[in-house]
Amino acid sequence: MAIKEDAYTRLFKIISYAVIIIASIACLLPFLLIISASLTSNESIIRDGYHFIPQQFSLEGYRTVFTFPEEVLRAYGVTIFTTVVGTTLGLFLMTMAGYVLARKDFKYRNAFSFYIYFTTLFGGGLVPWYIMLTKYLGLLDTYTVLIFPGLMTPFLIILMKNFIRSSMPEELFESAKIDGAGDFKIYYRIVLPLSTPGIATVGLFLALAYWNDWFSSSLFINDPHKYQLQYYLYNVINSMQFIAQMGAGTGVSLSNDMPTESTKMAMAIVVTGPILLLYPFIQRYFVKGLTIGAVKG
Amino acid sequence: MNQPLPKSSAMLATDSRLDERRLASGRKKGFFHELIRNRILFLMLLPTLVFFFINSYIPMVGIYYAFTQFDFNTSLFDAKFVGLQNFQFLWQSGTLTKLTLNTVGYNAAFILLGNVLAIVLAILLNELRGRYFKKIAQSVMFLPYFVSFVILSVIVYNIFNYDNGFLNTLLLQLGGERVDVYNKPWVWIFLIILFYLWKNLGYSMVIYLAAITGISDEYYEAAKMDGANIFQRIWYITVPMLKSTFVVLLLFALGSIMKGQFDLFYQLIGNNGVLYNTTDILDTYVYRSLKVTFDVGMASAAGVYQSLFGFVLIMTVNYIIRKLNDEYALF
Repeated sequence: MAIKEDAYTRLFKIISYAVIIIASIACLLPFLLIISASLTSNESIIRDGYHFIPQQFSLEGYRTVFTFPEEVLRAYGVTIFTTVVGTTLGLFLMTMAGYVLARKDFKYRNAFSFYIYFTTLFGGGLVPWYIMLTKYLGLLDTYTVLIFPGLMTPFLIILMKNFIRSSMPEELFESAKIDGAGDFKIYYRIVLPLSTPGIATVGLFLALAYWNDWFSSSLFINDPHKYQLQYYLYNVINSMQFIAQMGAGTGVSLSNDMPTESTKMAMAIVVTGPILLLYPFIQRYFVKGLTIGAVKG
Repeated sequence: MNQPLPKSSAMLATDSRLDERRLASGRKKGFFHELIRNRILFLMLLPTLVFFFINSYIPMVGIYYAFTQFDFNTSLFDAKFVGLQNFQFLWQSGTLTKLTLNTVGYNAAFILLGNVLAIVLAILLNELRGRYFKKIAQSVMFLPYFVSFVILSVIVYNIFNYDNGFLNTLLLQLGGERVDVYNKPWVWIFLIILFYLWKNLGYSMVIYLAAITGISDEYYEAAKMDGANIFQRIWYITVPMLKSTFVVLLLFALGSIMKGQFDLFYQLIGNNGVLYNTTDILDTYVYRSLKVTFDVGMASAAGVYQSLFGFVLIMTVNYIIRKLNDEYALF
């Protein structure tokens, strides 16, 4: 019997290793393809196509990106600014809301929770929202519009509320109150320091959403100086395609002073770089936060 | 997350008899009393309430746009009322049916395949030994979740573009012919699902992995003693234990089945009209109508339809679930 069980287990282990290794490779290969393409000379890409290993190594893609670094750096600046401000402000507001809604002695917490939750069930749709922000609030081409809509999501507020409720007993608030602490003081002296894992998770979700945002720029920004990084990349990719097609149509060759393919890929790497570098550090907190949420929630 | 939200407000403990009497004498009085007593808490919640009022509740009034002939220069109620004309047009052109089928179809595939495969991967990964191997595999599979959809579009372009994409390079080297994937609508059904899975599997896997970690070892030990092999242990212990996580995630996903994954579709398809028949969803249609073709009335109508249909869907699903098992209901 023991031998038979071992055989089953061994079979299962082999399958597991095989599947996991294949899945991991499938997750990595596309990145390898971009990295390789960004390090290949443009002529080689056009002649030989994309490969996993550069056929003809070259740094010209990166050189082009950094010949006029102002544009990229500005887009970086916009994204860093919106990410930092949006995440900080959003975290502040959402932890506060989560704390209030978690307080059992706050009588209307259920009504207010539903007020927030209801917005995920029903909405006016994209068009009225767009008209509201542009026509009535006049937020077209402002940095505010890049930050404001993403500040809070019902999902993250509920996550925060559940986190506070499950990790802090009501008696804690009561005893603090007896000691003379006000509601706000309880929040920033007790709740905040005790919510580090929750704050990390919610903060990372927020920061990731801001960092990867291209939608706000595409809807609300006409001034290229205010493009977020991702939308800037999106435009580089699409406009170069456009220029290349124009060139092909009119017989004018633009390929010499514009290494389109390799530049695109280099740009993609430059945009993704910070995430790839920070990823090993960030990922741990994400997994931890998700684990807490899943086990307790 | 599955806390019941509205129904238990009557059960809340009141602080004093005075409160009870005031509540009994009139609800309004109770509210103002509460407002003054807990003014700091109200103040702390105020920004959130204002935020959702501006960002979500006021735009609900704008549903009216769907019933007008839209003109950006006039204000909301000066616009010419045309009744259901916008909806009628959408319906008669067949757009609404196509969009609904695509939206619901893709999202159903995402939800089912995504969850089932995530469970399978989590179970497999959980059985692996070797701390570092496990950690690295998990990190690698989680990585695609972090990159933006713009990068995803670069990747897809990289693999499938006609002139020098990886696929065509490979086909040529193998002696085959180039394939113009961007001209083959049916392929994109699979590609979109594939890339959805590529981007999201690692994330859902982590959630299931966390749930598996929470299962007590004693069950497995006992099953082992009774001679259950590894397949039996997984089928009779792990899988049933994951049911509640699965149901919760499923319900949450069902709630947004009418508005799923705009980024994915828009970044992969963009404005490539050849592919619309198989890849256009309500979100992409609304966005395009607003930003590219300027059919604002049509876009509003499609948006309202999406909201209403989604709302009815959630309510129905929630009702059915509450009948079947109260614990799993969303609210």
